[in-house]
Amino acid sequence: MIPLSYYLVLSGILFVCGVLGFLIKRNIITIFMSIELMLNGVNLSFVAFAAQWHSLSGQVFVFFVMVVAAAEAAVGLAIIIAVYRTRETLNVDQVNLLKL
Amino acid sequence: MTLNPYLWLVPLLPLAGAAINGLLGRKSSKQAISAVALIFCGAAFAMALFLAAGFSSASAPYYFDLAHWIRSGTFQVDFSFYLDQLSLVMLLVVTGVGFLIHIYSIGYMWDDDGFYRFMCYLNLFMFFMLTLVLAKNYLVMFIGWEGVGLASYLLIGFWFTKDSAASAGKKAFIVNRIGDFGFLIALFLIIKHFGSLDFTHVFAAVQPLPVETAGAGLLTAIGLLLMVGAAGKSAQIPLYVWLPDAMEGPTPVSALIHAATMVTAGVYMVARSSTIFEHAPMAMTVVAIIGTLTALFAATIGIAQTDIKKVLAYSTVSQLGYMFMGCGVGAFSAGVFHLMTHAFFKGLLFLAAGSVIHGIGGEQDMRKMGGLRFYMPWTFLTMSIATFTIAGFPPLAAYFSKDEILWKAYSNPNGSWVYWLIGVITAFLTSFYMFRLWFMTFFGDYRGAADAHTAEHHSDLAHSVHDTSGHEGHDHHPHESPWVMLGPLFVLAILSVVGGWVGIGGRFEHFLAPVFQGSAELAHESAGGAAGHGPETLLMLISVAAAILGFLLAWTLYLRRPLWPTRIAAGLGGIYTTVFNKYYVDEIYGDVFVKPLIEGSTAILWHGVDQGVIDAAVNDSADAAREVSDKARHMQSGNLRSYAGWVAAGGAVVIAYMVWLGVTR
Repeated sequence: MIPLSYYLVLSGILFVCGVLGFLIKRNIITIFMSIELMLNGVNLSFVAFAAQWHSLSGQVFVFFVMVVAAAEAAVGLAIIIAVYRTRETLNVDQVNLLKL
Repeated sequence: MTLNPYLWLVPLLPLAGAAINGLLGRKSSKQAISAVALIFCGAAFAMALFLAAGFSSASAPYYFDLAHWIRSGTFQVDFSFYLDQLSLVMLLVVTGVGFLIHIYSIGYMWDDDGFYRFMCYLNLFMFFMLTLVLAKNYLVMFIGWEGVGLASYLLIGFWFTKDSAASAGKKAFIVNRIGDFGFLIALFLIIKHFGSLDFTHVFAAVQPLPVETAGAGLLTAIGLLLMVGAAGKSAQIPLYVWLPDAMEGPTPVSALIHAATMVTAGVYMVARSSTIFEHAPMAMTVVAIIGTLTALFAATIGIAQTDIKKVLAYSTVSQLGYMFMGCGVGAFSAGVFHLMTHAFFKGLLFLAAGSVIHGIGGEQDMRKMGGLRFYMPWTFLTMSIATFTIAGFPPLAAYFSKDEILWKAYSNPNGSWVYWLIGVITAFLTSFYMFRLWFMTFFGDYRGAADAHTAEHHSDLAHSVHDTSGHEGHDHHPHESPWVMLGPLFVLAILSVVGGWVGIGGRFEHFLAPVFQGSAELAHESAGGAAGHGPETLLMLISVAAAILGFLLAWTLYLRRPLWPTRIAAGLGGIYTTVFNKYYVDEIYGDVFVKPLIEGSTAILWHGVDQGVIDAAVNDSADAAREVSDKARHMQSGNLRSYAGWVAAGGAVVIAYMVWLGVTR
């Protein structure tokens, strides 16, 4: 049996990778993927806890997260396409019309 | 006390006229404006005559409560009107002279762009003046009192594009505020100690109080404070300085407000409060001294003035001094009598002077007049009547009223020969400067054309007294005024002649006796004590002699020997300059009060308090807010990833805190 802490550390690493990618990358799609990575990092800790405590609620939560992530992906990709069509760029630093 | 349901109409009619002309006048024709102004003012006059016709001393005083105003516990003040013998005299004078001056104004102001404004203000003035005169309590009187001040301000500054007129208006308003301050405090004292402002209640409460002969008490304080108010409104020392400047207003205004009616409001108020003054002998003495000194002081200034309206202004101040002298020695009815005759002859003098100014194209400097009796004979005739009247020649109006004051000043228990002597000297000076004005204006040759183009106003007397060359072919060839202006002159001239006859045999005094019960008793006692008409006749002859002397002196100096005044002026040197510059009172007031006030306000209130404390507090807090915000706004850069960074940092801080909690537990 692999101890819980291994899962949690992996989950933390995945999450931090997501955060760093989100902060550092400029391409919207990469940022988007970083968000997915963060979500999956969280999912991992959910299922790890569910296995540890023999509770199904963690697993159920993961399904919810997946559903939301799927919906988000659909909407997000639509937005990305719309942004690309109008601005012809996916660099977030150049999508700054609302900036001060 | 009898209810009279028509009283309120008298003041309200001119108000309606003012409202109509003020709201619709801009688009109306001048004929319509004149008609409105005259109809409403004339209606007030007709109402006054109607009230006078129905007036009987048996049922007087009349009153009418128009509306409730202040009801606070037992203290109550209502919009109430009151008509007794004293208000009736004032009512007739104000509406009568006011109506005549309305007629005159139509001719005088016809070509002015602000014609509708002028007529509106005149009607407004009538409303406030009638409110003042008909008030049943001090507060309604105060409304009128302030209202006439407002009308006076508006009309002095009528030509507001002229800087001097605008400042003269402000000066009048501010100086009057000083007087009003005293008046208001007197009202507060009355409220505090008598719980009412109603004339009848207050005087009924004062009547049983002991006369404050021993020392100054409450009534003395009230009396003195009322006198401060009266000194402001009626241009007495030390607050007279606004009246000469008020001559910047159009001449009908000078006649109506600054000679006949408004400036006598102080005399009216003192006479109205006679009960209070009779219980405060010290206040009476102060009134008499102020009046006497003002009469003399203003008369001496009047001698050296060269502006025709300024001479008349100082003459007004001087005559008002006589009225206060009369009131101060307890002869209130004599003061009111002089008030009435003064309204006639001084109104006439101003209107005639206005006719002169109108006829020679706006010139007011007497050194540029002369010989006008040929050009404007009717003005000359009426002006002559007025001049002889004010000088005190029998049997013209002022002879009776002035002599009554002088006699009372001598014979009343409060009186003294000093008052009388100064009064006679003033009468001599009055006669002198009025005939000086008369000779300079109407006799000799016309001097207007010679230096009309140089427009030198401050040349010395020598320059123009005998400067007689070339008056042909000038634009403003002197001409007689139109009939609409001459008509009022004739009526006032007749009144100036016969106006004093109502006082023969003490009839006027007898008529007013119910109002001045206390003083009437005093007068009767003294009449018994002073033993008949012997000294009265003698004093009367002396004052007539003073008037004749003044005439002869003016005739000698300004007609027979026109070079002498210059030489005398040069010989007197510093004294003449001092008098010519009005004793430098304006300059002294400027240095002592105005300049320290302005400089102190600039340094302390403006730069110190306002900029240093109030503005600084507001500005500094705004600056602080801006600086903090300036720092904080960089958090909201609009950069997506920096937001995410803040979120991540926040999350990190929360997690670190949790971990720290876990570790320390």
